[in-house]
Amino acid sequence: MPNESHKDSVLRSIEPHSYSGHLIVVEGADGSGRSTQIALLTDHFENMGFKVANVGIKRSRLVSDELTIALSGNILSKRTMSLFYATDFADQVENTIIPALRAGFIVLCDRYIYTLMVRGIVRGLTKDWLTQVYSFSLIPDLIFYLKVNPAQLIERNLAKEFCLDYWESGMDMGLSDNLFDSFVIYQQMIDKGYVALSKEYPFSIIDGNQSVMDVFDQLRERVDAFLAND
Amino acid sequence: MKSNFPGKLIVVEGLDGSGKSTQIYLLKKWLENQSLKVFFTEWNSSLLVKPATSKGKKRHLLTPSTFSLIHATDFSDRYDRFIVPLLKAGYIVLADRYIYTAYVRDFVRKCNPEWVKNLYSFAITPDLTFYFKLNPETAVNRILVHRKKLKFFEAGMDLNLSTDIVESFSIIQDRISNLYDSLADEYMFNIIDGSQPIHLQQKIVRDLVSKTIDLSSFAKGFDHA
Repeated sequence: MPNESHKDSVLRSIEPHSYSGHLIVVEGADGSGRSTQIALLTDHFENMGFKVANVGIKRSRLVSDELTIALSGNILSKRTMSLFYATDFADQVENTIIPALRAGFIVLCDRYIYTLMVRGIVRGLTKDWLTQVYSFSLIPDLIFYLKVNPAQLIERNLAKEFCLDYWESGMDMGLSDNLFDSFVIYQQMIDKGYVALSKEYPFSIIDGNQSVMDVFDQLRERVDAFLAND
Repeated sequence: MKSNFPGKLIVVEGLDGSGKSTQIYLLKKWLENQSLKVFFTEWNSSLLVKPATSKGKKRHLLTPSTFSLIHATDFSDRYDRFIVPLLKAGYIVLADRYIYTAYVRDFVRKCNPEWVKNLYSFAITPDLTFYFKLNPETAVNRILVHRKKLKFFEAGMDLNLSTDIVESFSIIQDRISNLYDSLADEYMFNIIDGSQPIHLQQKIVRDLVSKTIDLSSFAKGFDHA
């Protein structure tokens, strides 16, 4: 990976890719509609005749089981957790994402390094450190951030699971003594983190409070425009 | 980055077969016999991360990046769980291999040195680092004498240097030896001649430890305040 041009010249940066395939990322909280939109996009691309590879965090062959164990107990420090996730992600970049891009696939990622970076940043890890840790990865062609307000997220998560997830509520951070309040505060912090990163990377911020089809119409418009120009 | 912890960190580094584990064992014995607060930690031993590393190694799943990251994860866990709390509690922490092992193994796999150093930038500089320097040929022979079978990654088979595992191991040990030598300059390691008799090496180690660290203040029950 070339070693050039970032704001801080000492640090390597996350680089754009030059493969024939396309790398498209959907970011957003649990309940933001990521999986639904990814299913719709997958369908859309396949109808257009593209081969799609689906990728997500915590899905590596190497460490996904161990990560799940670690998550069940909150037993690793925030830095260790971050490195563990980076290991998982590097495994997928090298064994799944790059080979698929090389073969000309559309790689659709359900969350990407931006989620991992934002989670680290809100927990006090520095952005420079994280940026360099993730410099093995690639800047996507398109990044959609499905921005949904916390009240709506809560409604959707409760309707589906009847409870809020410990990690998605940032309960490890001691923000509040209860899941509900913690969730709201944490999701606001995470949202700020995404919006900050959106100034540096090719993010499209999509209002995810709208209906499934309204959101999808916007995504489709952008991916079609992108593919038409390619 | 030097620490302000009340404890002290002593590290041994060197090639496989350089005798460093023997030396740190003897040092530990000596310190414990003086009833000092001592803790020993070795490379790649985090309870939670190690199973993943073993699986990755057994099934040859690791690339240079994931090899590097998974060892950093392991180290980070041990660092936060044991090394820092014990240094804060005023222990002498003995580490069989430290971040320099990661440096040489990752550098030899062509990971970007800056990237690797950034991964480990949270780790404090040891109070003492002993580098047991031995010519790679001798070190390799010591390993081969009592090891029936070399492991895939240890022998550097992932680097495609040779299809012969012993030859691959020799080549990678040679390269690692050169990398250690340059780190020894950069970080001012205390170089110990690993070809000397064991007890003479140990005498040098103990002398330097006594000279650098006020051992009496690490007695069990000693009040640092």
